[in-house]
Amino acid sequence: MLRVFTGLADWLVYRTMGLAPDDKLGDALHFFVEDVTKIFVLLTLIIFLVGLLRSMLTPERLRTLLAGKRKGPAYLLAGLLGAVTPFCSCSAVPLFIGLLEAGVPMGVTMTFLITSPMVNEVAVVMLLAILGWKITLLYFATGMIVGVVGGLLTDRFGLERFVEDYVWKIRMGEVVAVEADTSLRGRIAFGIAQVREIIGRVWLYVLIGIGIGAGLHGFVPQEFFAAHAGPDNPFAVPLAVIVGIPLYSNAAGMIPIVEALIGKGVPVGTVLALMMSITAISLPELMILRKVLKLPMLALFAAFLAVAFVGVGYLFNAVL
Amino acid sequence: MKTIKVLGPGCANCVNTAKLVEEAARSLGVEIAIEKVTDMAAILGYGVMSTPGVVVDGKVVHAGGIPKRDVVESWLKA
Repeated sequence: MLRVFTGLADWLVYRTMGLAPDDKLGDALHFFVEDVTKIFVLLTLIIFLVGLLRSMLTPERLRTLLAGKRKGPAYLLAGLLGAVTPFCSCSAVPLFIGLLEAGVPMGVTMTFLITSPMVNEVAVVMLLAILGWKITLLYFATGMIVGVVGGLLTDRFGLERFVEDYVWKIRMGEVVAVEADTSLRGRIAFGIAQVREIIGRVWLYVLIGIGIGAGLHGFVPQEFFAAHAGPDNPFAVPLAVIVGIPLYSNAAGMIPIVEALIGKGVPVGTVLALMMSITAISLPELMILRKVLKLPMLALFAAFLAVAFVGVGYLFNAVL
Repeated sequence: MKTIKVLGPGCANCVNTAKLVEEAARSLGVEIAIEKVTDMAAILGYGVMSTPGVVVDGKVVHAGGIPKRDVVESWLKA
């Protein structure tokens, strides 16, 4: 099915523009055209289809779902909900406060905050389409594990003490349930609205990601990666994670970069560690979380994730 | 005259929602007083967890995402 996009890029870049496949520019441009068409078509489809099903899963409902649960299963549930909930960093703060206010343990809330940006339907479907089910499954499973372990540790060490004091004083009003239109027509309208909203939010990251991917693909020689990020460099994984910490992109924007790096022979663990680090921790996100978390908690949060991603990277490189 | 509050910490969607309400009011010729509520305690006090939220004359009518134009107009006409 995805051949269509290769064919389209062949036609445009090689036949119409007359560039050769072994030319660096032609190669990069081909990657760019193929990925732009492929990724945007896939994104639109996935978001629309998931939107049809998702008109029910609002943050308000999420709060009710998590509030009643005892600790054990709640972490896993929070991780899974994080995976299926669309989540923009501007809603992180109200969601965080709303969950704590409902009596959801801090650790469960952290699990949600960790898995939400990292694992989502867009990441899953694109990894599946481009890199196959094994990598997708690994990515999904480790994302969940990192989230759940992060949540467990948060509660184990009583890190609630690092939540800003004002948060505990907030009393929420009666939660407003804005009725969703559950007719087929209503769901379709919701799906279209989701496509517009999410694409509107991510398109720039995706384009930049594809641009970088195309540049790597066309212009950076294989030997460069073999020398610096290949299997023989034991520091490649921590380096990838450190580079990724301040940077931000969403999962969709990372896919073309992941694709290009793996194509250049960079080991899968190193690449996924980079992807996790870029999607899950970033300066802008830390700044938003600073509104509700004290500095030591932010430092612990970033440090835990960094260590976890390095572990994940080494593990994948060892197993695959 | 309707009092409308747009609840949100100042993200792009919140700004756009406020703009949309102002535009709709102007084109319908409805007089409104619009206020942006950015204080998190106040937002959650309304029971809104997904921003932007919209409050018309003290009643929460919307939470999460930019509302559709015809929905906005229905609040203003009511």
